Order: sequence, then structure tokens, then C-alpha cells
Amino acid sequence: MTARLITVAGPPSAGKTAVVRQILKNLIPEFKVAYLKIDVVQAWEDEELAEEFHIPTKKVYSGDMCPDHTGILVLQDAVEWANSVDADYLIYESAGLCLRCTPYTTHSFGLCVVPAVSGMHTPLKMAPMITFADAVIVTKIDLVSQAEKEVFREAIRQVSSETDIIETDALAGTNMRYLMKRIFELSETRNDADQLRGSPPLGVCTVCIGKKDVGWQNHFGVIRPLDAPDTLFRGE
Amino acid sequence: MTSSNSILSITVLPGKSKNGTAENFSEIILSPGDVLSIVGATGSGKTAFINDIEVLAQGDTVTGRIILVNGQNPPDDFIRDPSKKPIAMITQNTKCLADLTVHEFLEMHLRSRKISDISLLEKTIQTANKFTGEKIAAGMRICSLSGGQTRSLFIADAVIISNTPIILLDELENAGIFKEKVIEELRQLRKTTIFVTHDPYVALLTDRRIVMENGTVKCILEPGDLEKDVLFRISEIDKELSAMRERIRGGELLFENKGGTSV
Repeated sequence: MTARLITVAGPPSAGKTAVVRQILKNLIPEFKVAYLKIDVVQAWEDEELAEEFHIPTKKVYSGDMCPDHTGILVLQDAVEWANSVDADYLIYESAGLCLRCTPYTTHSFGLCVVPAVSGMHTPLKMAPMITFADAVIVTKIDLVSQAEKEVFREAIRQVSSETDIIETDALAGTNMRYLMKRIFELSETRNDADQLRGSPPLGVCTVCIGKKDVGWQNHFGVIRPLDAPDTLFRGE
Repeated sequence: MTSSNSILSITVLPGKSKNGTAENFSEIILSPGDVLSIVGATGSGKTAFINDIEVLAQGDTVTGRIILVNGQNPPDDFIRDPSKKPIAMITQNTKCLADLTVHEFLEMHLRSRKISDISLLEKTIQTANKFTGEKIAAGMRICSLSGGQTRSLFIADAVIISNTPIILLDELENAGIFKEKVIEELRQLRKTTIFVTHDPYVALLTDRRIVMENGTVKCILEPGDLEKDVLFRISEIDKELSAMRERIRGGELLFENKGGTSV
């Protein structure tokens, strides 16, 4: 028995947890669900959901590390944990910060949550997160006019002409039946090695790995002297 | 194939009140060309009622109501594909957050409705300018429009671009637009229209009145000719008020004549 993995991504305050609550309302009590939250400094969702739905939850603070990077490192363990508590589904909610990466893996069902009150250019700015998703959940539709909602949908369509778009007032659960239909149809997570769907950023940065010395002579990988016409690669 | 042009009727099936009791009506049917109003105190559930129709609720909104199209559950693309949706709603929201010009916004809305006739864009702005005192220009940023301009643009957008058989208007009288011109435009186009309103004139102009209380439909009135005399009197009062409003807006001082009626 392998838990089906649902990855929930999206910018802060997009309504990710509200969407998760709706999913939980629809899955429980028929199914057993485990929940993992990865955030940077503070998060309470795991405690709230554990109390509200009586489900096993976990939280990981990524601290100095990129939260999506942390996700990649711990996800395998998380699936094993979900299996060990006999969960039918594991919901992994990411912090969703820089919008460069996508936390979706090939084996997971990837949800991108984006509020209808975002600017019209937001879908372009978070293009990877939208194009690699299985479904884009547009939240807070009760806060915008119908015309604006339709124009926002068109803005998403400019980034991805195919991805399923589900518009919802996640607090009320409007249109969540379309999301649940897909979640109920998910097949069991495969056992072979899972991989990220998107390409992670280039691993270029020795500063990011803690080398503080000034001067390209002290670094390796992709480097750049002041007068060089382009970047150079220097092996370790 | 069902398209938005072949809409015959919308049926509203009862939901539940804020404390969970069932609503006291069997069904409300809207036929083509019907003009209804929804009245009731603030917080009584007027907006929620038209919102249910807009999202074609299937028991998945706070009210628990179910909306049928032609007596049946609506097809999924009515709900999920804007170009197939037979309903346009103008909310009370007089702020548009889109960081686009009026031209870009309407252009994207045309595209989302899969309409290639670009002349509708100019027509929409012209129609909007019938409803608002200060004119809207295509190059203006949509988030910098006033409340009344935004409202006017959304109404024109609903009539011209969405061009749906059903139009839902939430408190048309707000935001200071020329409501009588909007009502006239909608009557000419024979749209099925629902007005959520606190305005006695708008309420009495409609054929049917739905009265809301505590999140539920309290009763449905069909006054027929019973209110004819009152409607005439309200329309006179409304004309007088409108005239005063325009003079105040124009910077005039108003004085009571000796006769006491005109200004």
C-alpha cells in the first residue's frame, strides 16, 4: 500500500491551506491522509490540521536552506512515513517562495494555488510553477468581478494553454468537486525512483554553500573575473 | 449541442439558512426576458443568491443551493469555460485590480470569450461612457478608474463582450452611475436580469421581487398592476432627485421655491 502524493505549491497567502482543508473535508473519513508542511521560519498549519481533522502531520523548517531543496531531500522519507501510518494520501504543502522552482515530482499530483487578486502578470512571473502543475487552483474568486476573473484565467492560459484551471472560493469550497474528481482518480504512487519535474536552478554558487572569501581565485564552478567577456568554468 | 444561446430557463432549488434550516420555497424559475429584483436588509443573503447563479452552484456554496439550466444540471463547460458561460454578473466590487489598460483588459476578455470581433472593444467603451459622468479612455489604467467608471465599464463589458442571456447586477444604484440608462439598455436587449437593490424605484420596476431574510428567501412577490400608482409616483420622485443630484454635482446651490415642489 503506497500513499498517493499530492504536492501543493503557490505563493504565500495564496490559500494553499484553505485548499488542503477542502481536500481533507472530502477525503476524510473514507480515506486516511497524512500531511507534511515545509516552511522557512514559522508554520502552524500542521498543528491546526492535526487538531481539526485528527490526522498525522509533520512539519520541517528549512531555515537557511531553500524550502523546495529541503522538500527534495526529505520527500522520500515522508512517503515512507505516510506508508508507515497507513495513509492513502500524503499531502505535501510547500512554502512556495521564489517561484523559480517547482516542487512537483513525477509521481505526485501537482497543484499550483494562485489567488485571483494577484496582478495580471503574476502567471508569467510564476510560469514554471504553473506550467508543470497538473491543475491550477485560482482562489479568492469571490473578491473579484466576473470579467476580471475571466481575464485572469486568460493570463494563465498565456502561460499554459493546457493545464486544468479550477476557480474556487476555497473557504466555501466552490467548484472543489472538479479537483476532488481528479484526486479520487489518482492511481497509487509508483515505487520506482521519483524525480523533480522541472529543472532546478544551476548549482553555481559557492557563496551559497558558505565560502565567504572575496575574489574569484577563491571560488570554483562558474566564475567571473572583472574584465572577462563572459563567465568561465573552473573545476575544483 | 447546448450553447449559451439556447438557454431556456434557470431554476434555483432551495438551500439552507445560516442556522441550517431548509429554505421555504420549492423552486424559482427564471425564463428568458424575466426581470427580477432581490431586496432585503444588508446581510440577508441577496448577494449570495445571485452569486449562486453566477457560479451555477451545485450545493457547493455557503447557501447549499443548486442551480439548474433548462431543468437539468448544467454541463461542465458552462461552469468552467468562460466562452460558454451564459451568465454575466456585475458585483458590488468597484475596484479592478488588474494592472492593465482598459484596452488591454477588454482585449484579454475578448480573447477569453473567444471573440475575434475587435470592434466590440470600442463599442464597450462607448456604451460604458453612456453610464458615467467622467469619460473612460482606452489608454487609462483600469486600476486607476473611479468606482463609477469601473462599474460602468463592467456593465458595458457584460452587455457587449460577454453578451450573455442572463445578467446579474449587484446594487446598480451605488457608485453614482446613470442607473436609468443602464435599465433602459438592458430592457432594449431583452436580457433576463436580476437586480439586487435597495432602491425603491429599481425594485418596483421589476416584475418579480424576491425578499431575503437571514440568508434565505422569505417570500416572492408578483405585484402585477397593484403597485402601478406608487411606481408612477416613485419615478417622479426619482426624476426630481436625479435632477437635483446633477445640479449639486455641477456645483449649483439649490433653493426651495415658494410652491415647495421644484428646485
